[in-house]
Amino acid sequence: MASDRIFGLVAALVALAYIVSATQIQTSFLADPVGPKVFPIGIGVIGAISAMFLVFRPDPEPQWPGVRTFLALGFSVLVLVGYAYALKPLGFLLPTAVVAGILSYQISPRARFAAITGVSLAIGLFLIFRFALGLGLIAFPRWLTG
Amino acid sequence: MDLLANLSLGFSIALSPYTLLLAIIGCFLGTIIGALPGLGPSNGVAILIPLTFTLGLDATSALVLMTSVYYGAMYGGRISSILLNIPGDEPALMTTLDGYPMAKAGRAGDALILSGFASFVGATLATIGLMLLAPLLARVAYLFGPAEYFALYLLAFCTLGGMASNNQAKAAIASCIGLGIAMIGVDNTSGMPRLTGGNLHLYDGIDFLVAIVGLFAVAEVFFFIESHGKNSSIGIKLEKTVVPWRDIFDTRWTMLRSSVVGFVAGILPGAGASLGSFLAYMSEKSIAGEKGGFGTGVAKGIAAPEAGNNAAAGGALVPMLTLGVPGSGTTAVLLALLMTLNITPGPTLFTDQPEVIWGLIASLLIANVVLLLMNVPMVKVFVRVLQVPPAILLPGVTMISFIGIYSLSGSYFDLLLMIGFGILGYILRKLDIPTVPVILGILLGGNMEDALRRAMVISDGDGWYLFSTPISIGLWIAAIAGFVAPMFMRGLLQKPQRVTD
Repeated sequence: MASDRIFGLVAALVALAYIVSATQIQTSFLADPVGPKVFPIGIGVIGAISAMFLVFRPDPEPQWPGVRTFLALGFSVLVLVGYAYALKPLGFLLPTAVVAGILSYQISPRARFAAITGVSLAIGLFLIFRFALGLGLIAFPRWLTG
Repeated sequence: MDLLANLSLGFSIALSPYTLLLAIIGCFLGTIIGALPGLGPSNGVAILIPLTFTLGLDATSALVLMTSVYYGAMYGGRISSILLNIPGDEPALMTTLDGYPMAKAGRAGDALILSGFASFVGATLATIGLMLLAPLLARVAYLFGPAEYFALYLLAFCTLGGMASNNQAKAAIASCIGLGIAMIGVDNTSGMPRLTGGNLHLYDGIDFLVAIVGLFAVAEVFFFIESHGKNSSIGIKLEKTVVPWRDIFDTRWTMLRSSVVGFVAGILPGAGASLGSFLAYMSEKSIAGEKGGFGTGVAKGIAAPEAGNNAAAGGALVPMLTLGVPGSGTTAVLLALLMTLNITPGPTLFTDQPEVIWGLIASLLIANVVLLLMNVPMVKVFVRVLQVPPAILLPGVTMISFIGIYSLSGSYFDLLLMIGFGILGYILRKLDIPTVPVILGILLGGNMEDALRRAMVISDGDGWYLFSTPISIGLWIAAIAGFVAPMFMRGLLQKPQRVTD
């Protein structure tokens, strides 16, 4: 109940913000009868109306995980974001081994198994991507190999 | 005779050793992807798209590879349904109803082979149907102007929202999210940036591959972290596998009927394979009546949804190829592939690039034979794949998704967007909001707006132009009916509950 109402409310607010920013779209001298604003505004309006339906007629509450699981999920998001930033400066192997290991540990908490999974996934995927698919991946950061 | 000439053109392409090899690889990969729980067809195809680019395949080869994966995944989905009682994807749900009880009764091998054969019948008949129907529909599609296309896109969203979801408002929100995202970037007509918030990364718009991989693959990892990969260990032993000729013979009419039902359901834009397997199972259940024993592990209960499911997969290709409107989540992903390969689906595809279409159809026929040969004697190999622990599989899938997306643009921004879509996908699926309309919205949003604006240019801003031809009026009526009717048919369309242990 509450989840649907909250989501509906957030979606409605986002839709309103969307409509407002759609009204700010600059039109150019190449005008067509519809213009660049109408369609986005229409989407925002329909979205807002459907979102209000959710607020007033919510479905039964889904099963949310506990606080600890949420923390774990949040942590995995942080790890993935870190991975996205680390991929370029740190090369492929190191971040991949670490991130794959952490994710593996989060799915099934066995430290040694996770460590082996991380390292072998990093090496295996690197070999596949580099030599079978010919992707220009960099194995190690430049400052390490000199 | 046109058909034969076209087919021979197709086979001349599909039978080249290279294409044949790609089809076999695709079938093998596809079956594995379909069999692994948590890695359905749409998911698998989405992850593989960036990789096909790095292979530098030409359009036909890439299309052959990916559609083989698509068909293969449809075959593979049954393996985890039967052995684990976990449907690999939505359409495979119906197969669990009789497949799992039959496997528990010690006939896992029979169930797997029978369902493999039913998949073959469904998919082959559907490919033949595609061959006959698609050129006809392509000719009709010439009559479609912008007003008709606008109504057609609307129909796709409405039927998808009406049929595939339990709550119309949620489906509508999902469509709006997708369409709203599609608007971001430089406007085609006026050349002005829209809704980018001044962020230069967003001027090109959001790549649908980023969204697809995020919504499907990354979200899946979150689900596995939440559940710690439980419910995915294999509980059923598979000993010997003998071809159950009797069951296959006994279910011949069931397979034929279900194939027809599935194919028709697949053609409806937005309805797709889930509806196909559902209708096939339900109609066979009512034909068999009380004595049929559906739900207790009978042969017909396995043959019907599998034939229907695979026939629908073929049927869904018809609107996708002729009109550019996908009939299911996976065909939406295939449409994404076509668009990235710079192939515009639609009637002109049949006249301008017949080698693409007919090469594809021929390789689908070949892929079916390959899949039958692969899935009957080699079924044990795929069963072994199911034993890969999720703690290896899911990190692997995540890393492949990251590298795939990274290889597209080489920018960390796309990776961050992908993670964002992963979070969105997790929340949406938790709230029972379908994610397929989001994908469809991102894919079709630009085209839909273009169609509307061109229609208004033609009519000089007269809104009634949208309803000016019989075709467009028919499409509008179908769209409204497709959205509204399921509200009153909830009881009838109620999906059966999964078998519980």
